[in-house]
Amino acid sequence: MLKRFCTLAALAAATALTAPAALAEEPKSGGVMNVVIQPEPPGLMLGVTQNGPTQMVAGNIYESLLRYDTDLNPMPSLATAWEVNEDGTVYTFTLKDGVTWHDGEPFTAADVVFSADVFLRETHPRLRVSLQHIESIEALDDTTVRFTLKQPFGPFMGIFEVGTMPMVPKHIYEGTDFKNNPANNTPIGTGPFKFAEWERGSFIRLVKNEDYHVEGQPYLDEIYWHVIPDAASRAVAYETGKVDVLPGGSVENFDVQRLTELDNSCVTGKGWEYFAPHAWLWVNNREGPMADRRFRQAIMYALDREFAKDVIWNGLGNVPTGPVSSKTRFFDDDVRQFPHDPDKARALLEEMGYDGTEIRLLPLPYGETWQRWAEAVRQNLQEVGIEVEMVATDVAGWNQKLNEWDYDLAFTYLYQYGDPALGVARTYLSTNIAKGSPWNNVQGYANEEVDRLFAEAAVAFPDENRQSLYTEVQQVLVEDVPVAWLLEIEFPTIYRCDVKGLVDTAIGVNDGFVDAWLDR
Amino acid sequence: MQKLSFIAKRLVKAVFVLLAIVVLNFFLIRAAPGDPAQVMAGEAGAADEIFIAQLREQFGLDRPLHEQLLIYVGGIVTLDMGYSYRQQQPVADLIFDRLPATLILTGTAFVISILLGVLLGALAAARVGKWTDSLITVVALVFYATPLFWIALMAILLFSVQLGWLPGFGMESVGAGYSGFQRVLDVLQHLVLPATTLGLFFMAIYARLTRASMLEVMDMDFVKTARAKGLPPGRITRVHVLRNAILPVITLAGIQAGQLVGGAVLTETVFAWPGIGRLMFDALLQRDYNLLLGVFFVSSAMVILFNLVTDVVYTLVDPRIELK
Repeated sequence: MLKRFCTLAALAAATALTAPAALAEEPKSGGVMNVVIQPEPPGLMLGVTQNGPTQMVAGNIYESLLRYDTDLNPMPSLATAWEVNEDGTVYTFTLKDGVTWHDGEPFTAADVVFSADVFLRETHPRLRVSLQHIESIEALDDTTVRFTLKQPFGPFMGIFEVGTMPMVPKHIYEGTDFKNNPANNTPIGTGPFKFAEWERGSFIRLVKNEDYHVEGQPYLDEIYWHVIPDAASRAVAYETGKVDVLPGGSVENFDVQRLTELDNSCVTGKGWEYFAPHAWLWVNNREGPMADRRFRQAIMYALDREFAKDVIWNGLGNVPTGPVSSKTRFFDDDVRQFPHDPDKARALLEEMGYDGTEIRLLPLPYGETWQRWAEAVRQNLQEVGIEVEMVATDVAGWNQKLNEWDYDLAFTYLYQYGDPALGVARTYLSTNIAKGSPWNNVQGYANEEVDRLFAEAAVAFPDENRQSLYTEVQQVLVEDVPVAWLLEIEFPTIYRCDVKGLVDTAIGVNDGFVDAWLDR
Repeated sequence: MQKLSFIAKRLVKAVFVLLAIVVLNFFLIRAAPGDPAQVMAGEAGAADEIFIAQLREQFGLDRPLHEQLLIYVGGIVTLDMGYSYRQQQPVADLIFDRLPATLILTGTAFVISILLGVLLGALAAARVGKWTDSLITVVALVFYATPLFWIALMAILLFSVQLGWLPGFGMESVGAGYSGFQRVLDVLQHLVLPATTLGLFFMAIYARLTRASMLEVMDMDFVKTARAKGLPPGRITRVHVLRNAILPVITLAGIQAGQLVGGAVLTETVFAWPGIGRLMFDALLQRDYNLLLGVFFVSSAMVILFNLVTDVVYTLVDPRIELK
């Protein structure tokens, strides 16, 4: 199956098609929504802090130029129109007229230039990688911004998601120490909700932005984000009706079925299309039996990934065919397949002469779900004769062990951000082998062919040329098994069925509740 | 006068003990794997060397360890506990914001446990060998032995989910807009489950301790003399036995009081109570050095203070004890 990015000309049509679906029922205005947030975010200034909980709350306060539908097509947000020149190096955005910041100041093209070129270049390590492809960002007038690229950059239209490029107010931040600006405690954005109060350890309250630039929206009056540290207590909070929404990952997976069987309770695995969280086992390619490709292939055959999906993840998600998620652009499943086949695994181990060396397995310290998953993996590996020792750590310890390459197998999951150049290549490029980060080529895989294919694919133009390069790189990687791919995760969002318009876009509850309303 | 000079000496000693604790904690937390820059970079979902270096510089982690220690101790001497870079707030603000919630919870649990515990212990001792004694002993043993988080979860399931009588999480009804007496009532409702859960464990200890201590005293000659003089049994228990048996209870109360500020990690976690215990636990997971050291500092100071108070209380209860 191939997934192609629509051409710009088709985008407006795609947007027009998705909008009426969301509006099938007449939304009702008013009401308060109660949502769980876990863990408590360290701050709400999305330009400064880029972790999950921050985005989940601040995605309501801040906006970017675009949003994305569940097929990753761009939708208008602060930009209403966009065009690209013939060779894909100049993109011109027309901004929405009459947009104001929460403090009443007008939002203009100067804010876009400041946000992307000054503020985020300093504070946003992930965006910084993409910004290296950009020659200049200019405000042509108050509502027109031009991005000139050094060369075509395939994923360019995908970097305008709110967590990737949040617009920050120039009039507040220009010339200040961005990270320590006291204004970070009272975030000002253009989004549908305004920051109201934060009782640390208890709740965060956002209120409706009465001057929001979309007429009649948002529908909700207020949102309360409740900080409830214990997973079982979060489940109880939902069960007793104190909260309306449990965003993905709020409760342990074994509670999901019980909670969704309650009255007026719904569940969806949607809303992860842009992030496409991809889970795998890091396999330390440098040492011991893991250095042998046959050993890594044996691991793939040994793992019963369908079982993990069905039992540990309640059937949500997909078993991946390789490094690129089926939700991400340029996915191709024309690769070697690894069904659960313990006999093949044993044969490969025998062929390579595996001597029974014990392997250390580092689970992700994110709670019971991940612990159980690790136990299932250990059982799978022991079935084919690989001895496994589990290593217990907390989050800081897990980070350090990966940063120092002190592991044999380790669980992780990473976001793909819609495009292999943004979220896939970083794991396999040999130039990304460096201690000190759990997000680069931690396994130590080096293949010149792969480096070349990824480098060419990122800047190839148009998309047809990118596809053939990405198809080839997927085939090479799946053959080499630099890491053992486990699951395309869909974290279940559990919510009251009378909450409408909650998960309509590719980033789900992270996109703010601009379209959400209560049918009560 | 002797008492005042004793207290003054102890306070001077306390300053040195506190400094030693600060230094020890400083190295202890840094001995744990990982550091705050790694944790924050990990959470960001992407991290290059520049980003991590920026964080280290911002946190002062790029300086030599002895320099970091000097800066920290220098701050503590002037009662400046530093800045939590993760929470982007001064440590003192974070701690004192959470302190009232913790004190309400642990203070209530303290009162519940000591009153109920001593009462039940005394009752058991007075009726030793009878069914009241057996019942109290068994109940105390059960609460002493059962994990706190399990009692907490069961209490939530029963009183919050099944019966719907009491709220199961938080310190007050968020968004209800209560004020004055209504708000107090609301907080009290939220307090019932966590304070009782936390109180039960200590209640069990007090009950067992009081019972054992009273039985020991009851066997002493002066009690026999009191009985022989024909004093009423109630008076003997209250004035002669309980007063003499209470010293171990005061010791334990002193220890518990010292922990009041440290909060109750498990109870606060299960009941989403916004207190210090949870703050400390999060700080530990996130390797938020300054915040963690700040909480340790405040709670150590309280332990030292309450030890001193306990010593003074001894002399009030038992005139034979002198402070030297």
